Amino acid sequence: MTVLHAENVSYDIAGRSLVSNIDLACESGQFVALLGANGAGKSTLIRMLSGLERPSRGEVRLDVRPIRAIDRRELARRRAYIPQNARVEWPVAVERLVALGLMPQIPVFGDLDRAAWRKVEAALALCDLSHKTGQPATTLSGGELARAMLARALVGEPEIVIADEPLSGLDPKHAMDGVARLAALARAGRLIIASIHDLTLAARYATHVAIMRGGRLLAYGPTASTLTSSRICAAFDVDACIQGTGAQAIVDFIARPDTPAQHPFPGVASA
Amino acid sequence: MVRPLQAPMPLMLALLLLLAAAGTSLVIGKVWLPPVVLFDGLVAPKPNLAWLIVTELRIPRTVLALMVGATLGLGGAVLQGLLRNPLAEPGLLGVSGGAALGAVIAIYFGLAARFALATPLLGIAGALAAGALTFLFGRSGTLTLILAGSAVSGLAAAGLALALNFAPSPYAAYEITTWLLGSVAEREWSQIALCTPFILAGWLCLAATPRGLDALTLGEAQAESLGVNLNMLRALALAGVALSVGAATAMAGAIGFVGLVAPHLVRPFVGYRPSRILLPSAMFGAFLLLVTDIAIRVIPTSSELKLGVLTSLIGTPFFFWLVLRLRSLSP
Repeated sequence: MTVLHAENVSYDIAGRSLVSNIDLACESGQFVALLGANGAGKSTLIRMLSGLERPSRGEVRLDVRPIRAIDRRELARRRAYIPQNARVEWPVAVERLVALGLMPQIPVFGDLDRAAWRKVEAALALCDLSHKTGQPATTLSGGELARAMLARALVGEPEIVIADEPLSGLDPKHAMDGVARLAALARAGRLIIASIHDLTLAARYATHVAIMRGGRLLAYGPTASTLTSSRICAAFDVDACIQGTGAQAIVDFIARPDTPAQHPFPGVASA
Repeated sequence: MVRPLQAPMPLMLALLLLLAAAGTSLVIGKVWLPPVVLFDGLVAPKPNLAWLIVTELRIPRTVLALMVGATLGLGGAVLQGLLRNPLAEPGLLGVSGGAALGAVIAIYFGLAARFALATPLLGIAGALAAGALTFLFGRSGTLTLILAGSAVSGLAAAGLALALNFAPSPYAAYEITTWLLGSVAEREWSQIALCTPFILAGWLCLAATPRGLDALTLGEAQAESLGVNLNMLRALALAGVALSVGAATAMAGAIGFVGLVAPHLVRPFVGYRPSRILLPSAMFGAFLLLVTDIAIRVIPTSSELKLGVLTSLIGTPFFFWLVLRLRSLSP
């Protein structure tokens, strides 16, 4: 059982507070969807949870140890991090891209052995990319590249996968596939933390939701009891209605009477 | 799964080519000596003319061309991998400018005429100072590193212009200009011996970077999450370039384009993996510079054509080709 605990963390930069006093504990088997409007501090919290950013105050602990005190390579073996809009800089083959995820496992002057290549093949198969072997990663479509990045994150079999908007830019089918894959990983015993903008997908697949606004945590808990229309309203400033639960849940937004959407061009007479 | 084979064949072929070029370099020069005469000279009682020409002129020249070319190829490969920028070249971080300025100071104050090691010594000092300055201002990130490097390059260029401006005599100005054009001819063994430890130390630093460069294929955030210490990687690359490229420039002057061209030409053959281009790029850089240096000796010109001039002449069309290629890749 792995426990990732953000203890009262805050992050300030240039006099502005991006994250303030967030306390959040997640453990193996959970799929935590991080929800919040743009600029709510999701990415900053994710970078702190990944151990890439040091909190200005507070501490992130992985199984009681401060995450920043854990050896870089050990941490890299235990948690995978996928940034927002992950790009690939050189036209390396897809399997080479995925194999980079094994870097913390292989010795400094070693190359990949047979067992390592089997892991790469398995990760490619898991993410439905086996037919892309040998293709330069720069020629992948957005959805394929997102899957390749997920395969890269999974190939080392980390206990924790942390992804910043893994569904952004994906069409509905690929977004659903992607989130279902994350949910399956959580069921298999991993801890998954992902920031997600599609509330319907979050409502359907996440076991837990953490709702942020203005750098603060509004609510955190099991999806069914935590994701309510009043909280969505508080976090996103839109009225929402939630129909159904579990795999049938649908979150829809209702425009408020006072929103400018009804009068896009005030003063312009309609024909 | 089809795995790209790490065949040693191309490497062996490259090594053979390199050896062939080195052999040619020993035979070709201002004074044409048939190989038979050269060989006789090596076994005949020493010193004799052929033996002197080979050991005091051609071997140092060949060794220096190989070392400088390899350094530029290696430095370019590491910097292109670190900055993920196809236009990165070893001079980007300001160390070449610093080395040139140091060497020119030695010439300017007449130290070079009195003491043969003054030019390389001050050149290395200039390169290390420039590297330290770049590191001081630019260590926090990739972009700041590039910006600090251009600032240091600009500073060195201003210093060079100042030296030319205040040159004590037209002859001194001529000497400075000629040195800046770049050459591996007429260098003494003592100078090469002085620079070699710095070049080797630089190579060692650069040889510690390949893993980090590979991880950077995924961008800085993911590289960091894979356990790469980016600050350490930047420091290693900068130290390696300052030591090796600095010492190479202190010996041979500013030689452009080799460090830019070599990584590009070998990249497709190693599947674009940043770690795998280091050795081939170094070998190709050495080959390129040596062949260019042989060409200089063969091309009939009234006064000597300088190495740096010819590499720039050859390099420019390549640069246009690179621009066209990049344009076709990213519409």
